[in-house]
Amino acid sequence: MNNEYIPFSSEILEVIKHTDIEYTFRLAYKGEVRPGQFFEVSLPKYGEAPISVSGIGEECVDLTIRRVGKVTNEIFEHYVGDKLRLRGPYGNGFDIEQYKGKELVVVAGGTGLSPVRGVVDYFASHPDEVESMTLIAGFKTVKDILFLEDLARWRQSIEIILTVDCGEADAVCQVGLVTEHLPKLKNRNIQNAAAIVVGPPPMMRFTCLGLLELGYLESNIWVSQERKMCCGIGKCGHCKINDVYVCVDGPVFNYTRAKHLID
Amino acid sequence: MGYRMDQAGINRVFNGLAKEYRLFAPKCFEYEGAFSDTDSIHYGEVQTIEEIELMKKSNHSFKDALLPISETLFYFTEDEVKVADAPAKGALLFLRSCDLHALKRLDAIYLQNGEKDFYYKRLRDKIKIVLIGCEQAFESCFCVDMNTNRSENYDLSLDTIDGEYYLNCQFREWDMLLKENALEETIVMPKHVTETVTKVHVPDNLTAAVAASTMWDEYDARCIACGRCNFSCPTCTCYTMQDIFYTDNGKVGERRRVQASCMVDGFTDVAGGGSYRKKHGQRMRFKTLHKMLDFKQRFGYQMCVGCGRCDDVCPEYISFSNIVNRLDSATQEVSKNE
Repeated sequence: MNNEYIPFSSEILEVIKHTDIEYTFRLAYKGEVRPGQFFEVSLPKYGEAPISVSGIGEECVDLTIRRVGKVTNEIFEHYVGDKLRLRGPYGNGFDIEQYKGKELVVVAGGTGLSPVRGVVDYFASHPDEVESMTLIAGFKTVKDILFLEDLARWRQSIEIILTVDCGEADAVCQVGLVTEHLPKLKNRNIQNAAAIVVGPPPMMRFTCLGLLELGYLESNIWVSQERKMCCGIGKCGHCKINDVYVCVDGPVFNYTRAKHLID
Repeated sequence: MGYRMDQAGINRVFNGLAKEYRLFAPKCFEYEGAFSDTDSIHYGEVQTIEEIELMKKSNHSFKDALLPISETLFYFTEDEVKVADAPAKGALLFLRSCDLHALKRLDAIYLQNGEKDFYYKRLRDKIKIVLIGCEQAFESCFCVDMNTNRSENYDLSLDTIDGEYYLNCQFREWDMLLKENALEETIVMPKHVTETVTKVHVPDNLTAAVAASTMWDEYDARCIACGRCNFSCPTCTCYTMQDIFYTDNGKVGERRRVQASCMVDGFTDVAGGGSYRKKHGQRMRFKTLHKMLDFKQRFGYQMCVGCGRCDDVCPEYISFSNIVNRLDSATQEVSKNE
């Protein structure tokens, strides 16, 4: 019988530094994986942490990791050629098909951009598959901005609103919370407008409310939840909310379901 | 087939079964109770019937036999991983009816919710059940209201009447062993509870909206978030991963899982400082609704089996059955405010 708890070793192929505390680790991986899914990444002695997939290549996956805990601190001591242990991918992830033909907006706060990067990247490369595509990406300050190169590349094919909570506005970056920029969305047919919202809980809550005020249908809004997860396979209980296990039923939820979840 | 046996007979049966199984049953551990000068009744390995505490309810459930408090999943060196060995023998669990129903709940989480759990399954596959007949409910029990007072899916049942033992065997392979050691063959029906002192009523219209009730605020101060209710509960299954390494060789160690409690600080902590349900009342609401609502929505039957151990063990004398009985008025309170 399959023992889901045994991790496999994966070589670090590349380390991309975004900020002092946020790096993307490109890891060797062959197999099916969707944007929004996650891996349990571990280092023996230090433990495991659920990390969402921020990019998918032919024989690799990108994991964008923020250095904020015991496991991630240690991961940052590892460089190209070293190995991390992985198990997964887990969770439902985003279904690209659901957004095709829509007027799509992706609203991401901070590292929340990681799990949706694959979706944005897909439609930035295939802009003809959506009616329109806007990314609203918010960060604390200019120093915290992730995926700068991607943002520059995406700007050529999709609408980008890059914003920081505090600082000065310039040619590429605006100032203000992501919610302040929602009224700038120009939808031709609000019935066909879809949104993906990922970020810290208060940001997600207020963004969803803002979108609903603009007339977005509840069923056209998706969110991705972050919770403590020790197993990734519906056993450990840490990610349970109401009758839902974020690790197996999520982390991506339609708003019609997500709005009922009470932590 | 049913059998009547004396003490010597049943011990010979135990002896025979011990070749293939380790026998786990409630035992009395003198002066080991939570309060001074009290005994602790919990599960342990037994060889003879005299060691089993058949008259009292165990303070802790049987679940440690399947989900050890701390369980090694695998050992690691720098490059290699070795899966921890399973015990060679199977296990014979002596359970009351409520606990046998609890086993069904453990199965739901570990075998049906997502991928099957490798470690649970390999123990579970080698488990046999002895149902301890239960004639009279203990003070805090409410099995009848939770529909867990009767069980049929046992391998062997065990009742004591006037110093003799009555067993009903439903696992054919054991019939020979039992027959050889019995005083006589007879029809045996395991006893079951038909009425409890403590009663609960779960409102039919219970929804998650009850989270908005003020009843939970009361537990902010009263509950001390010690988690004893979870650790004594036969249906609580949560765990946390833990890596340890050996002090004499820091490159070698093991990954374990340890039982976790949704009432204790840190249960929802995510890296970077985020956490959910900071107030103890919110945790009480979370636990209560899991036992009485969420699990049922997912699996079709209530999670709580009404064993009452959480009531017995709470150092703050919080009664879970009382909380359940307050859900009706809390539901009314919430619907009025809407």
